[in-house]
Amino acid sequence: MSPIGLEHYLTLAAILFVCGAVCMATKRNAIGVLIGVELVLNGANINLVAFAHFNPAFEIEGMTFALFVIVLAAAEAAVALAIVLNFYNNHTTVDVDTAEDLKG
Amino acid sequence: MGELLSGIFSSPYWPYALALVSAMLLIGFMLVSAIFSVWMERKVAGRIQDRLGPTRVGGKFGWLQTLADGMKLLVKEDIIPASADHFLFRLGPYIALVGSFLAFIALPYGNNVVANDMNIAVFFMLAVLSTEVFGVILIGYGSGSKWSLFGGMREAAQMVSYEVPMALCVIVPVIVAHTMNLSDFARVDPSAPMLESRSLMWNWYIFHDPFTFCAFWTYFTCATASCKRAPFDLAEAESELVAGFHTEYSGFRWLSIFMAEYGSMFAVSGIACLLFLGGWHIGVLPDDISNLLGGYNGASNIYLWVLGNVVNVVVFIAKGWTLVFIMMWVRWTLPRLRIDQVMMTCLKYLLPISCVLLMGVSMWSLLVPYVVQKYFPWGMFAACILLGLMVLRQMIFWAKEPPGTGMPGMWSMTGMSSYQGAKPK
Amino acid sequence: MDSVAQPILFWIIATATATCAIAVVVSQNIVRAATWLLFSLGGTAGIFFLLGADLVGATQILVYVGGTLILLVFGVMLTAQGPFITMKTGAAEWVISAVVGLLFFGVLAVTAFSVGSVAAKNDGRLEPPGRTVKEYAPKLNLVEASKSASSSAILGQGFLGVGVGPAHLNAKGKPERANYLLPFEIVSVHLLVVLIGAAYLARAKRRRRGTA
Repeated sequence: MSPIGLEHYLTLAAILFVCGAVCMATKRNAIGVLIGVELVLNGANINLVAFAHFNPAFEIEGMTFALFVIVLAAAEAAVALAIVLNFYNNHTTVDVDTAEDLKG
Repeated sequence: MGELLSGIFSSPYWPYALALVSAMLLIGFMLVSAIFSVWMERKVAGRIQDRLGPTRVGGKFGWLQTLADGMKLLVKEDIIPASADHFLFRLGPYIALVGSFLAFIALPYGNNVVANDMNIAVFFMLAVLSTEVFGVILIGYGSGSKWSLFGGMREAAQMVSYEVPMALCVIVPVIVAHTMNLSDFARVDPSAPMLESRSLMWNWYIFHDPFTFCAFWTYFTCATASCKRAPFDLAEAESELVAGFHTEYSGFRWLSIFMAEYGSMFAVSGIACLLFLGGWHIGVLPDDISNLLGGYNGASNIYLWVLGNVVNVVVFIAKGWTLVFIMMWVRWTLPRLRIDQVMMTCLKYLLPISCVLLMGVSMWSLLVPYVVQKYFPWGMFAACILLGLMVLRQMIFWAKEPPGTGMPGMWSMTGMSSYQGAKPK
Repeated sequence: MDSVAQPILFWIIATATATCAIAVVVSQNIVRAATWLLFSLGGTAGIFFLLGADLVGATQILVYVGGTLILLVFGVMLTAQGPFITMKTGAAEWVISAVVGLLFFGVLAVTAFSVGSVAAKNDGRLEPPGRTVKEYAPKLNLVEASKSASSSAILGQGFLGVGVGPAHLNAKGKPERANYLLPFEIVSVHLLVVLIGAAYLARAKRRRRGTA
């Protein structure tokens, strides 16, 4: 088998990123949108760590960046979930299609 | 260990065979440990409740009782409730089992006897033990019953909350030892003076400063809670909620859940042994027994080194099982906490205590004078030995008393004429 | 040796991760989508371990799988009762999203393959060279036995403020190494703010029974 190069990892990250973006676009459940956000951030993280592995000058920075992304993504998921819970408390639904109070 | 043995076997596929053998040994150990733990649990429960426990299967002490239990569970009918989510119902126990098993990859049993000598071993073990929570959630949700769901959610909240003080208490000896590599906690530094070698009992980290001493007890409490053992076992709550989050599970699926639980009990006990109790050392020898017999890393005699390591592994497993026994002892002695008491214990007591311990151990090596730092472990060790001897003496005294004399008030109030015990003063 | 294992492991883990990511999108049941997300995140952690980033992989498992995912599932359990667990999207939306997604993926894949075949500089070994303590963190003083493969120690030192990594020349022409103390402190304060904010937002509100 050919040795795994950088492009393989980048393609895998692209798959995760696109799946996350499509998830954000198509899911009607607000938590489904959050799941999409997590996939997007994971794709970006794989990119960072792959570049850290294949480029010696970027080793420490790539991993540090990935660590910060993980931590910040967790923080953002917490706040987003709090917002979703608030929305549910006010509207008794998590369907994002019904969130059109400010429309028009 | 791969590097050492690959000198002997030079096939290019040796590392893969070694990886496979390590995995099989680990899962074999986890299953045998579960079998032994179930037997021990039933015997301990029986003895504490003043009865004998299993005595029929496999000799006088019921050694093979768990085997009989396992065979019974294997042939039980596999019932899945109609309202259950079939896929998630089946998947839940496996996620819990995988989370529990992965932790054994980084757990060293002896001098260089470890599946993967990771540099972040203790961090990795904490991380994978936290994936068990999702298995519990799926078990609770997939059963399709409200009560299982409540039990599962409570259990998940408890396990997730207790991970925080557990991790903080783990950081305390990591700060003292300057490493997260679990082998390094027990590895003897050949260049250190003999009295300071890590294999001697007074150099174990539990005696190093008052903060690590308290950290051991706090860690053990948090580990008991995160393994959902009593007094924090409201999710199972055998006497209250039928069986909590795994009510709908029977037969082999239930066995998987319990293998995961006993596996993670041993894993957290193993971490406690390595971090605080000196790992695989007996405590009285000036160096690792494998190094004493066969030279440093098997330099002079590899067979004696392996023999020494066998002793190391046996001592480590014995220490781990002792801590598991203490968890069982606590389970059958203490009453259960309510869920709000469980969460309050974590958030209002154990978490601030862990934060204080973390700050304390960080300041210990900076602010405390060197003389105190050097001789404190000796003083702590002497105090603990003294305390242990006093407890032993008291226990022997209690064991010698005839029954009923220890509790004068209870029976004497009944006015029974045949009461033989102490009378109220 | 590692050049035999690494492609096999990569293909297994990558296929599993990608399949689970696609399953997240396709799945209609929100709890099953969360389960597929669990496997995607676990697969990503496996990729991190394969790339030699042990600390990042363990952090991924601890924070994402053991934290964020539990949070998401709690959110699902609290809000998505009964009719909300399966919400179907219209067919037209699916087609548009699929087309846009595939185009997007095409652009990304073409970019990835045009980076050029950068083989690992270490002949396929799992541990790239240069990540040695002496070269990247000369002031680090490690316990004797763990001087090898200590990327986590280097990262930790960077977070503490000591410069780590390859030395480069700063504006004054002196060699300097990067440190990560400021982002570390900012992230700590950020997490505190998030903790307080999320707890405040999601607090149980007292119902007011005012006059209509």
